[in-house]
Amino acid sequence: MENTKIIVGLGSCGLAAGAGKVYDEFKRIKEADNLVFELKKTSCIGMCYNEPLVEVIDETGSYLYGKVDVKMADEIIDKHLNKFSPIKEFIVSSDQFETKDGTFLNGQVRIALRDCGYIDPESIEEYEARQGYEAIKKILNEKIKDTDVIQIVMDSGLRGRGGAGFSTGMKWKFCNNYKAPNKYIICNADEGDPGAFMDRSLLEGDPHAVLEGMIIGAYAIGATEGIIYCRAEYPLAIKRLNIALDQARKKGYLGENIFGIEGWNFDIRIKEGAGAFVCGEETALMASIEGERGMPRKRPPFPAESGLWKSPSNINNVESFSNIPWIINNGPAAYAQYGTEKSKGTKVFALTGKIKNGGLVEVPMGISIKDIVYKLGGGIIDDKKFKAVQLGGPSGGCIPEYLSDTMIDYDSVVATGAIMGSGGMVVMDETTCMVDIARFFLDFTQKESCGKCTFCRIGTKRMLEILTRITEGEGKVGDIEMLEELASQIRDASLCGLGNSAPNPVLTTIKYFRDEYEAHIRDKKCPALCCKKLLTYTVIPDKCTGCVVCKRACPANAIDGDKKVVHFIHQELCTKCGACYSKCKFEAIQLN
Amino acid sequence: MRVARLHKNGSSVKVLKPVDISLMDPLIEKYKGKKGSLIPLLQGTQNLYGYIPREAFQKLASDTGLKISEMYGVATFYAQFRLSPVGKNIIRMCHGTACHVQNVTAVTEDLIDELKIKDGETTEDGLFTLETVACLGCCSLAPVMMIGEETHGKLDGKKAVKIIKDMRRKEVTSKN
Ligand code: FES
Repeated sequence: MENTKIIVGLGSCGLAAGAGKVYDEFKRIKEADNLVFELKKTSCIGMCYNEPLVEVIDETGSYLYGKVDVKMADEIIDKHLNKFSPIKEFIVSSDQFETKDGTFLNGQVRIALRDCGYIDPESIEEYEARQGYEAIKKILNEKIKDTDVIQIVMDSGLRGRGGAGFSTGMKWKFCNNYKAPNKYIICNADEGDPGAFMDRSLLEGDPHAVLEGMIIGAYAIGATEGIIYCRAEYPLAIKRLNIALDQARKKGYLGENIFGIEGWNFDIRIKEGAGAFVCGEETALMASIEGERGMPRKRPPFPAESGLWKSPSNINNVESFSNIPWIINNGPAAYAQYGTEKSKGTKVFALTGKIKNGGLVEVPMGISIKDIVYKLGGGIIDDKKFKAVQLGGPSGGCIPEYLSDTMIDYDSVVATGAIMGSGGMVVMDETTCMVDIARFFLDFTQKESCGKCTFCRIGTKRMLEILTRITEGEGKVGDIEMLEELASQIRDASLCGLGNSAPNPVLTTIKYFRDEYEAHIRDKKCPALCCKKLLTYTVIPDKCTGCVVCKRACPANAIDGDKKVVHFIHQELCTKCGACYSKCKFEAIQLN
Repeated sequence: MRVARLHKNGSSVKVLKPVDISLMDPLIEKYKGKKGSLIPLLQGTQNLYGYIPREAFQKLASDTGLKISEMYGVATFYAQFRLSPVGKNIIRMCHGTACHVQNVTAVTEDLIDELKIKDGETTEDGLFTLETVACLGCCSLAPVMMIGEETHGKLDGKKAVKIIKDMRRKEVTSKN
């Protein structure tokens, strides 16, 4: 048993699913029974749908247990460790035999996520054992020049993973061109897309990879200071980053004369974001670091010339940075072998929504949406009908099922009207109303608009009002055209990406689901049975037991009925609040 | 713009208790005169009191020379800052995309029924404040809420209400 390791996944998602208790249980048994196995922590491997995850590595191989609870922990010790018989029915992935969930991991190419779920993120030694900090040392030992580092990154074809997809190497080159006493390299970890968590997982799972990427970036552009702008909503990521920063400083990788090089001073600090979606925009993010309202500034001058504190600055996203060390270690060609002509390498997606295997996946560019949803994601929950995926969050759009052969690459995705975005992929089924989704996103952008540009500030508000009206059954003929007109004006007359792209969710849903809009407006019906105000509620007599629960729940006193007598809903009194539907224990309320 | 955030919860806590503003001294010491310190100062203040009291703005202005108007502008710009006191436990309901698709609205409605407060308000007994946020980063466990540091996933109305009820019960027993 000495050589057996038990590794518990303690990312935010694992902890939320109860991994902390599982870890404590293993610890308790280990101490109580004086067992000699090694108990370790790691972060999220991406199989969030199977959390909490526990990996057992023994002489024979590795076995990943899913949905582990305290009881199962006891069983794993008893059967797997003491009796050497792995409990097959609990194992979701193993290198010893095929499992149903094995395809989830095998279908991926893990470059950015190479260490996530494999190392203890709070240990610099474990990162170093997997080629950690070798990339920067290679650059220094082989005396690779800054411009050559930039060339390598350009050759790899890496494009910004934060959304817009601008060439990372090119960006570095611009910044390298400007000489100044102070230069900043900034990591954008203000993951604002609601429904995406790639950056959180990366920072929690492999913080050193991001730091190393930043150090390499600093070397390439000549930055004097690094800043990680991280969402305050991610306490665990911030904690682990701080630990990583301390370790790197102790090793002499950050601070003064780093890596033993006289005069190379470079350190990184964390700046906690205060919650504003617009800060994903580079210039707004810098305003926020300077302590101001995060409002975008006019460009030019571009940040590469005059950014933070008017010094040359360069901003990349978390995922971009974590790719960098791998590219240096393995060469640009190794990275560029994946992907399509214009989009190289891999991309991490947060697969969520009505998907069976929700979690984090890293796939080569060029894979089709369908393959992600069905091969990795395992299909739709309850095998309902797949309707659309939403890519790119509030700046993106919905791609319908019939376009699911679309390749994941920057240009193909843009051609559909969506954007690649930072990697949120929300899967929707037949019960998701597309008008409601459009309204949801507009509600978000409307609140998040910084208010600087009139069209963005007021235009989004007007669009939201129209959409709300439509979902409440008050839609009018001409509303769709009005939405389209407003959309094009907002797009043209806004300064930053937030405004430019705010209409995308509306435009794509109109483009692909116009009939749904028309059903809402003309027939006052919601085909997905989602918009409450457009539904009628009736009692199914066969199922009603006459329990009076719905009658009591109805705030409008629209329900008639006594105990043990089938109830009746008076349509003229019903306010369509849905209280009866959610309270009924016998599924006796029908929606139409 | 989040104008709606400004005044909406002023009414839920009637009398504002005076705060001990001297608690802020070390914080001001740390950031005074440094560039870009406005947001960290406000964040630090909020960590002390749970919100940014009026007196704190005044103290910051007189001790650091920052303008109240500027501070107020920043405090109302970012979602994180609160201008009125909060309850002992802050319930952060995620209304991000993934949670929305998984019908978090119904869960929130049940919580609103149970707590008898609206978004941004605090319960009479001062135990809970309800806040909706956009994405807690645990989307694959949607719908999600966070109470304090603890995240609860795969919620439905019943489960969420039970969590609140359990916390209430604990609170009552610990008092007795
Ligand atoms: S959308 Fe709710 S946690 Fe991300």
